Amino acid sequence: MAKRKVRWSILAVVGALALASCATGSSTTTDDNISYDPDAKLSGDLSIMGFGASDEVAATRLERTEEMLGADVKVSLVEGDLDIQQFLSAVAAGDPPELVYADRAQIGSFAARGAIIPLDKCISGENIDTEQYRDPAIDQVTFNDSIYGIPEFNQVEVTMANTSLLEAAGVTLDDVNGSDWAAMSDANQKLAVSDGGVAVIGVDPKLPEFLPLWAAGNGGALLSDDGKTAQLADPAVVEALEFGVGLYDAQGGFAAVKAFRDSADFFGAGNQFATNTLGAMPMEQWYINVLNDVSPDATISFDTVRDTQGKPLAFAGGSAWAIPAGSDNPAAACRFARTMTEVDAWLAAAQARIDIRTEEGKPFTGILTGNETADEQVRALVQPTGSAQWDSAIEAMYEANDNTFTLPPNPADAEFETIWQDAVNRVLNGQDTAQAALEDASDKAQEALDKAWADIENKG
Amino acid sequence: MAAPVSPAAVLAGTLAGTQEQGGFTPPPATPARRRARRRNFYSALLFLSPWIVGFLIFTLWPILYSAYLSLTDYDVINAPTFTGLDNYVELTQDPKIALALANSIFYTVIQVPLHIGVALALALLLNRIGQASGFFRTVFFLPNMTPPVAVGVLFLLVFNGQNGFVNLVLGWFGVAGPAWTTDPNWVKPGLILMSLWQVGASVVILLAALQSVPKELLESARLDGAGFWRQTRSVTVPLISPALFFLVIINTIAGFNNFTEAYTAFFGSGNSTYSNDAALFYVIYLFQQGFEFLHMGYASAMAWLLFLIVLAVTAVQMIVSRRLVFYEGGTQ
Repeated sequence: MAKRKVRWSILAVVGALALASCATGSSTTTDDNISYDPDAKLSGDLSIMGFGASDEVAATRLERTEEMLGADVKVSLVEGDLDIQQFLSAVAAGDPPELVYADRAQIGSFAARGAIIPLDKCISGENIDTEQYRDPAIDQVTFNDSIYGIPEFNQVEVTMANTSLLEAAGVTLDDVNGSDWAAMSDANQKLAVSDGGVAVIGVDPKLPEFLPLWAAGNGGALLSDDGKTAQLADPAVVEALEFGVGLYDAQGGFAAVKAFRDSADFFGAGNQFATNTLGAMPMEQWYINVLNDVSPDATISFDTVRDTQGKPLAFAGGSAWAIPAGSDNPAAACRFARTMTEVDAWLAAAQARIDIRTEEGKPFTGILTGNETADEQVRALVQPTGSAQWDSAIEAMYEANDNTFTLPPNPADAEFETIWQDAVNRVLNGQDTAQAALEDASDKAQEALDKAWADIENKG
Repeated sequence: MAAPVSPAAVLAGTLAGTQEQGGFTPPPATPARRRARRRNFYSALLFLSPWIVGFLIFTLWPILYSAYLSLTDYDVINAPTFTGLDNYVELTQDPKIALALANSIFYTVIQVPLHIGVALALALLLNRIGQASGFFRTVFFLPNMTPPVAVGVLFLLVFNGQNGFVNLVLGWFGVAGPAWTTDPNWVKPGLILMSLWQVGASVVILLAALQSVPKELLESARLDGAGFWRQTRSVTVPLISPALFFLVIINTIAGFNNFTEAYTAFFGSGNSTYSNDAALFYVIYLFQQGFEFLHMGYASAMAWLLFLIVLAVTAVQMIVSRRLVFYEGGTQ
């Protein structure tokens, strides 16, 4: 009898485990049977993962979109940054959210794995004018000739420099905006101050994260346009890394500069510009608002980052709306994405921000929407701030926004980024030369890309 | 009078349905007694079933499934594709595996003795200060209540090479502290020192062990002329060696699984620029492969390799412990 019990127990366990294994599967749902119609009355649940109405720009657009969807569509938010594991597990289990809000850099990986669906039908059915969106933003969400995400927001870099320190060192903004690397190295030497350790950073090229920017400024690119060939060992990229590392080495090395940078009150009144401890750096445009809020009286000069020919350029990033495979309500998801990113939504959001900034006695510095038409109309709402300094910041931001580039989508984006950042870190830490580190990284990145692209072909 | 029988022993005897276990001799198996025993068996199963179900679904099944996944190519979305031992072969060819393992071994080999040494020193101190030990025990334990993520952030502040607290203190003694958070040579030593922040749990365990050391043995040693250090070395440490051994085992396993603090400080969201090879511990690399690059099959193979390594290390520790650990009332 005991043996029989044991046998039945084993059978029950094996059966339970076998049943549980059914929880793993693949989702191949498409929107083939869905009709998208801008005039259709919609209903049903619309759960959105990765988006939160955390500020007036998001809240205003969300409120307007919910109104336009109608009371029959019940919107619920899973707030916070998109948790990739949570999202992919939900898709694999056949219970995905109806819509996700993702970093545009993730779209290629999601599309390659079939976790999100192409939006061609959605775009044509809802009459979404993709011509309005900025080309690099659209490029970043286009995979295998299909658009997989509706882009929104643009993050661009601008050159920020401490005017007082520049004047004291006898250098100009043109010397630190990237247009002349020899002048920049010279300015770095003049601006940097050492007191045994680092007392003032001269020029902070913000490596490793801005290597794509410096490489592009030197005429190079980390990845081929089709997203299939790693170009990390391209001489223009190697030279860019050597230049950036040289700026750190001239100030005592990356370790010392980084430790000093980390000790700054980056978001507070004790920031590096207010305390005169940084000469110049490229930085994303949102930092303009931070500086304007916490240290409006600091003397700061702004320009775009420029390539070695003197032309403005910026490495753009942003977010995108994507519809997961297996979404129960793709029609509402598509309408939501369209409504959130249309021009009127941005104008309403801009007005909300203007109202708040006016109430706080602060200037409205604009919003970069990822939608070119919206950008133009929002910019028309920007009033002179009464300060040449902050007006120049806005000017630089919009000029950078008109001159962006991006890395093409690819199915191994996270791996690719980790590989080149690890290589840059090895060089920054003095463990490797730029040439050797980037050659090694290029081989590894190519291997990862080849495998990822081959997987797509194998899975059809 | 019969020797007392523990409830666990009784249950073990009942569940196994044997006549010999449990340290007692059951009465002859009449049909009525067999029915009663069966009822007991089912009752026990019923009460244990929540744990059994939980164990099967949340422990045994993931273990077995990860063993299966380690033989596949699996990206979370698409169905796993069987690839045999490919992932294990790849483990031997991936230079980052050796790097990450070396980092984890370095951390464990230095951190475990240091952690236990500091914990023992603090416990010995607390054991001598009488009633005030309760207050200090609480103080030492408080950092264990700090979330590991916060400890990771704290590490960057306290060990900042420019104006962190540690270098400030070193500066008082004329020592120019290193760049703990940015110099690859000092990243791991910094993390090891930071881990001592959470030594409190071990102090509490050792203090409990110290308080169970028979006073008469220490008194005898004192009468024989043994000083504090001799008493500690020859009486106290042998008597608390089971607790020390327990700490060695769990801290070794924790050392190999070191993740949260280092990940938060060097690899977490918004900290990608901090990442460097010096802080790439094995479980961090496993996490990257599984949850960032979505190579779940490879990550599963990594998990099994780690399991085998920890199993082997623990087995060696168990063997060595036979010569070094003294069990009161036992034969060793």
